[in-house]
Amino acid sequence: MALDQLVMTKFGEGAGEEMILNMGPQHPSTHGVINFVVHADGEVMHKAVPQVGYLHRAIEKIGEIVTYPGFMPYTDRIDYLAAMFANEGYALAVEKLLGVEVPPPAQYLRAISCELNRIASHLISLGSMAMDIGAVTPFPYALRERESINDLLEALCGARLTYNYHRIGGVAFGMADDWAPLCRKWLDHFDRILDEWDRLISFNEIFIERLAGLAVIPLEMGIDYGLVGPNLRASGFEYDLRKAHPYGAYPDFNFKVPIGKAYAGAHRGGQVGDTFDRFYVRVLECRESVSIVRQALDKFPAGEFMAKVPRKIKPEAGEAQSRIESARGEMAYYVVSDGGERAYRVRARTGSFLAMGIIEELSKGLMIADLVALIASLDVVAPEIDR
Amino acid sequence: MAESDLKGYSHDPGASTALVTTSTSVLENLINWSRRSSMFYLLFGLACCGIELMQTGGPRADLDRFGSVPRATPRQSDLMIVAGTLTYKMAIRCKLLYQQMAEPKYVISMGSCANCGGLFQLSYSVVKGVDKIIPVDVYVPGCPPRPEALTEGFLRVQELIKREKQKNKFRPKRDSGETGAGYDVPEVV
Amino acid sequence: MTALSFEQVHQKLSARFGEAIGPVQPAKKDAFCTFAPPRLVEICRFLKTEPDLWFDFLEDLTATDHPKQNLIKVVYHFYSYRHRHIFVAKVEVNRQDAEVDSVEPVWKAANWMEREVFDLFGVRFKGHSDLRRVLLPDDWIGSPLRKDYSESGGYRDISNVRDNPLDLYLSMDRQLKAEQATPELAAEGKAPAAEGPPVKSGA
Repeated sequence: MALDQLVMTKFGEGAGEEMILNMGPQHPSTHGVINFVVHADGEVMHKAVPQVGYLHRAIEKIGEIVTYPGFMPYTDRIDYLAAMFANEGYALAVEKLLGVEVPPPAQYLRAISCELNRIASHLISLGSMAMDIGAVTPFPYALRERESINDLLEALCGARLTYNYHRIGGVAFGMADDWAPLCRKWLDHFDRILDEWDRLISFNEIFIERLAGLAVIPLEMGIDYGLVGPNLRASGFEYDLRKAHPYGAYPDFNFKVPIGKAYAGAHRGGQVGDTFDRFYVRVLECRESVSIVRQALDKFPAGEFMAKVPRKIKPEAGEAQSRIESARGEMAYYVVSDGGERAYRVRARTGSFLAMGIIEELSKGLMIADLVALIASLDVVAPEIDR
Repeated sequence: MAESDLKGYSHDPGASTALVTTSTSVLENLINWSRRSSMFYLLFGLACCGIELMQTGGPRADLDRFGSVPRATPRQSDLMIVAGTLTYKMAIRCKLLYQQMAEPKYVISMGSCANCGGLFQLSYSVVKGVDKIIPVDVYVPGCPPRPEALTEGFLRVQELIKREKQKNKFRPKRDSGETGAGYDVPEVV
Repeated sequence: MTALSFEQVHQKLSARFGEAIGPVQPAKKDAFCTFAPPRLVEICRFLKTEPDLWFDFLEDLTATDHPKQNLIKVVYHFYSYRHRHIFVAKVEVNRQDAEVDSVEPVWKAANWMEREVFDLFGVRFKGHSDLRRVLLPDDWIGSPLRKDYSESGGYRDISNVRDNPLDLYLSMDRQLKAEQATPELAAEGKAPAAEGPPVKSGA
């Protein structure tokens, strides 16, 4: 008889048991130091349990030790790929507590720096997703464009990755006169790069075959598990915090909100909310960000880039929550003050932490290679999970 | 100077004079040249410095021109670039990975967090410097260091290898007991 | 699609649950109210399923520690995608015996967030499917985000103190000079002492 039948009769039903594998924490494909305990039967998984905390740096506790302005560099490290958003969220929360009005040029600079950072973050996310699938070429293309954004942001605020640019009451530095033409030139160049990206990887047949119809997240499940950002929009839900509850300079801008529409195509098994939708929504968001930066540079107002805030920031006792649309979804900062110079409690609720809860549910029945694609499509980064 | 005084430090300052006066032989030159010209580095990007490590391996500041490619497994790598904050939870795995690398192996500690804990020295869960558990050859300061800075650190490691003598290695042999951690790595992690 | 204000949501809740809903705390930038712990899951289910409220997104679940009042306040932020309104509520638990019902049956998003509160504050959640530490190592002792937490000197054998390297280098330098001192120099009185004056560490 066949070998597997022989095995079954000799050893019984338990012969095809599961093995427990450890994927991580040091792994090229988990985005940061995350561990997955994979219960697999051959290549097919029963479940994959994420274990996090390998990058828990106690940022929330440090928020109670350092002063309000002194916490700004730590917010960079909460999400280092989209550090401008983390800065802005904390600044908005403390400004709400203080009751400080941010002047329009600072709001525009915040929007410009944030949208450029969104493009940079999406480039890494898309490039590393392609690399995890096996297509190694798009990653250096993404890194090359990211170098240009790093140069622009370095000219603006002095740092390449952890910017510490936003301040409570505005931004740290204004825009130099020759920065806007440089930025515009790069934006024109980047439009062509996005077309090149589509030709390179987005509509590559093997890529779509790998991702179409994989790990579909229905909308109710996504909302119940607390998914935010492009993950939720890929399930067909048109919700963007910049449109629903606009903050900063976003009411002045005209942009679309890309949602998932089964871009893989029905003939390849694409469905709304599958992995390819989460990939392509981010590509479309890059285009929208380019448009926002152009509009911001065109409409840039004159004025101060920093409001008048007291030298020692001591908000009165109370609490405030601010929500921003970060590259990874909605990030909410909850700051509790007791009237002193140091915060009583700083809490950053990030999109990646909630996305980890859904991985165990979605991984049932997937193959191990598909788990890699799933994690990459949810765009998790370890510091957002662990803080 | 007793070896026990050098816990955590891989350089014996007294030996540097010896290196200047004696030279490496032709065979040692050949071995050192081949070792330093194709150092494969372990992808050990933990945090923000990991992104700058990726950018250093990227198109502009290219680490591949030094003959070094990233490897995902410690069994195939010579150089471990600890890029990012090491937490207590991760420290055991870091030690295990270092022990899984084959000799000769070198360690670059990249960024403030790996050097001394960085700006997370106030934190309860961060190891204050990766040299508490593994010996480090080159420390690259920065938060995060620019790709040019990491490249300089890489070249310094190449300099160290260039001057290495096979007989009297300037780097003391390291077992698990001498690096200061003093605990047993568990068998099943 | 009508966004209700905080007071309107509070009125609906008080009408339904009466005593279990505390009064609206004055809005020091963000208003909140307090729920009574025994009926927490029931109130949350009402918040989620009532058509006018429809809070389908559990936005945040965290806690704050108040040792002076001997309380840990578990903070809930709710948001409704349909009506676009928010609500903030707090549940107060005793610090010594911190236990509260889990809202995981209502929103699955609470699973990981409650594990984090358990990990960092030590609050137990009754009815949680898998309550264990998420961010810290499994054998960690203590709840770090409590105000009275103090570090216990590192983890396993790794200490949490870092010496000032300047001290070590200066003493090594001094020892090297003392070893290099030859007898002639010692006779001339130029040999440096092996032990120098104590160095103040700048840490």
